Amino acid sequence: MVTGIATANMDSAPILAIAGQVPTHLIGNDAFQEVDMIGITIPITKHSFQANDANEIPGMIKSGFEIARTGRPGPVVIDLPKDIQEQELDKYHSHQLDLPGYKPTLKGHPLQIKKAAESILNAKKPVILSGGGVIISNASSELKELSNLIKAPVTTTLLGKGSFPEDEPASMGMLGMHGRKVANITVDECDCLIAVGCRFSDRTTGNLEEFANNAQIIHIDVDPAEIGKNVDVHVPIVGDAKTVLQQLLSIIKKQSLPNNKKWFNEVYEFKKSCIPRTSFEEDIPLKPQQVIKEISHVVDADTILTTDVGQNQMWMAHFFKSQKPRKFISSGGLGTMGFGFPAAMGAKVALPESDVVAVCGDGGFLMVSQDLATVKEYDIPVVICVLDNRYLGMVAQWQKLFFDKRMSHTYLGEVPDFVKLAEAFGVRAERVEKPGDTQEALQNAIKSGEPTLLDIIIDPDEILPMVPPGCGLTEIIGEYKVEREHPREITYKNTVKKPVEGE
Amino acid sequence: MNERSHIISALVEHKPGVLQRVAGLFTRRGFNIDTITVGETEKKKLARMTIIAKGDDKVLEQITKQLNKLIDVIKVRDLEMENTVKRELCLIKVHTPLEKIRSEVIQYAGIFRGRIIDVSPETLTVEITGDPEKIDALIDLLRNFGIKEVARTGPTAMSRGIKTI
Ligand SMILES: Cc1ncc(C[n+]2csc(CCOP(=O)(O)OP(=O)(O)O)c2C)c(N)n1
Ligand SMILES: [Mg+2]
Repeated sequence: MVTGIATANMDSAPILAIAGQVPTHLIGNDAFQEVDMIGITIPITKHSFQANDANEIPGMIKSGFEIARTGRPGPVVIDLPKDIQEQELDKYHSHQLDLPGYKPTLKGHPLQIKKAAESILNAKKPVILSGGGVIISNASSELKELSNLIKAPVTTTLLGKGSFPEDEPASMGMLGMHGRKVANITVDECDCLIAVGCRFSDRTTGNLEEFANNAQIIHIDVDPAEIGKNVDVHVPIVGDAKTVLQQLLSIIKKQSLPNNKKWFNEVYEFKKSCIPRTSFEEDIPLKPQQVIKEISHVVDADTILTTDVGQNQMWMAHFFKSQKPRKFISSGGLGTMGFGFPAAMGAKVALPESDVVAVCGDGGFLMVSQDLATVKEYDIPVVICVLDNRYLGMVAQWQKLFFDKRMSHTYLGEVPDFVKLAEAFGVRAERVEKPGDTQEALQNAIKSGEPTLLDIIIDPDEILPMVPPGCGLTEIIGEYKVEREHPREITYKNTVKKPVEGE
Repeated sequence: MNERSHIISALVEHKPGVLQRVAGLFTRRGFNIDTITVGETEKKKLARMTIIAKGDDKVLEQITKQLNKLIDVIKVRDLEMENTVKRELCLIKVHTPLEKIRSEVIQYAGIFRGRIIDVSPETLTVEITGDPEKIDALIDLLRNFGIKEVARTGPTAMSRGIKTI
């Protein structure tokens, strides 16, 4: 449970976790199966409660939900000793507890809003960086309006994917270590960066000394502690993304707008020149890009996609275009392997009408493969696409690029046979090996209405474009394969052909 | 890096576990707490924590913001050194087997407005309150006689004048 709580804490997911505790009279005795749950989770929760009397529980649950969902959302733990679980309430009352220390600031300070508006109106090369906060506060339409008004291209963080439709001309896709070239380079060039609901993680910014050095930075976030934490900003605004954007828009709309059309077109032309290549129609083993292209052809804007962690996740983040908020679900801050499959189950249970597809690595899927029993027993018809490269691919990539190709403990071996594994649980399964087959198999899987696993055999040597840790965002290494060129053979710096354990 | 001493005053809910939450924020960021005092306030349900810590301004700003985020923390202020009164209480047990030493210790305590609060054939215990520097000075003086034990509370502090937190 702790890993899940930490994951939610990093990605501002509202969850209320109820933990069982030993009976009150045994607490502190190292009783059988006693764990100091509150102590362990203090650094990774927004708040926690331990009930000492059953009559406290309703208030804790009410307040727990309130705290988890408002302001910057996050996990709340309620620890319930066994005797309290069994105690009968005298009387049910669900008053919220008095929380004098909890008052999230939602409205931006008018003075700061004015300053931000000035910066924005003076900018010649504005860029918007949209984070998960935009999705949480349902601020996508305001964000889009701002982008339209001032002709600002939009890039997102990983958690911000879907906050701005990625098929829009203004969209530059994701920023960061595995970001799109157009995004990384344009952020470096912009003169005004409007960052909304993001926390400037090192995976997003690269080397901070080199981050957006030509820009006035406006940072809007509901969490005051995020402002100025990693990046020094010129205009900090504490508040809810939607409220603040509305405040900003109401000022900007009254002013004469700058003509940034030239900037916008420049970026758009540049973007077209470096659309990452996804067509690899003839390659066997399959290129992950091709697989993602085929997935994109099958799903629609309302399909919920979850990813695991590793190359599979970054490939999805880089190549897959998300069109709507809350349709791209990934573990960002903690990078929790094993996230994709259970997250898909959760999404499907919450929204049974939606198609849900999990894109997982073979390593990450193996961490949670027992949930094949869950999807079967509870009939949760999600599709799991296992990108089967037989490697802990992301770690292997680092070993190849930065650790002298010393491939250590990243080869997963010949086993298991994922199709047989799924079938052992009574789950529909199919192996995919050729271009074109992902599309068909996925279509059939969704149509079947049954939980299905697709074992998609991909090229273990494919390397993601990346900015090495500690480098500035423009220092992308490896060839950035561009769609229109269709090169046959691509060699990356420092890569080996077939990595072998112990080589 | 801009390292200096900070006095942080925090108004918190008087509940179990609050101290742990607060202290954890410092340790997690590699910040050493020099002293911490906790006690009741004018309002029954609230306690005041006074924390003295040395470190980088920027890190401390982050810690202050994180403290503010704790649900049990009502208010936090990084007090300005110059505009703050701070007082500490200290008990010093001095080895005083000889009459001559005894009277000297009593004299010194008097000069520092300390009081003798316990006497035994072998020892005198001095109570002193004041600025931490004043306490340091008395301890240094008494060291020559042989200090057996020192217990300090760590300073508690308040802004001068009408300002409150
Ligand atoms: C629980 C957990 N353990 C370890 C890691 C470190 N890690 C990050 S990516 C990765 C490899 C993932 O391999 P796989 O699931 O096969 O995905 P691929 O990168 O091959 O797509 C590892 C081990 C992690 N993020 N989470
Ligand atoms: Mg793998």
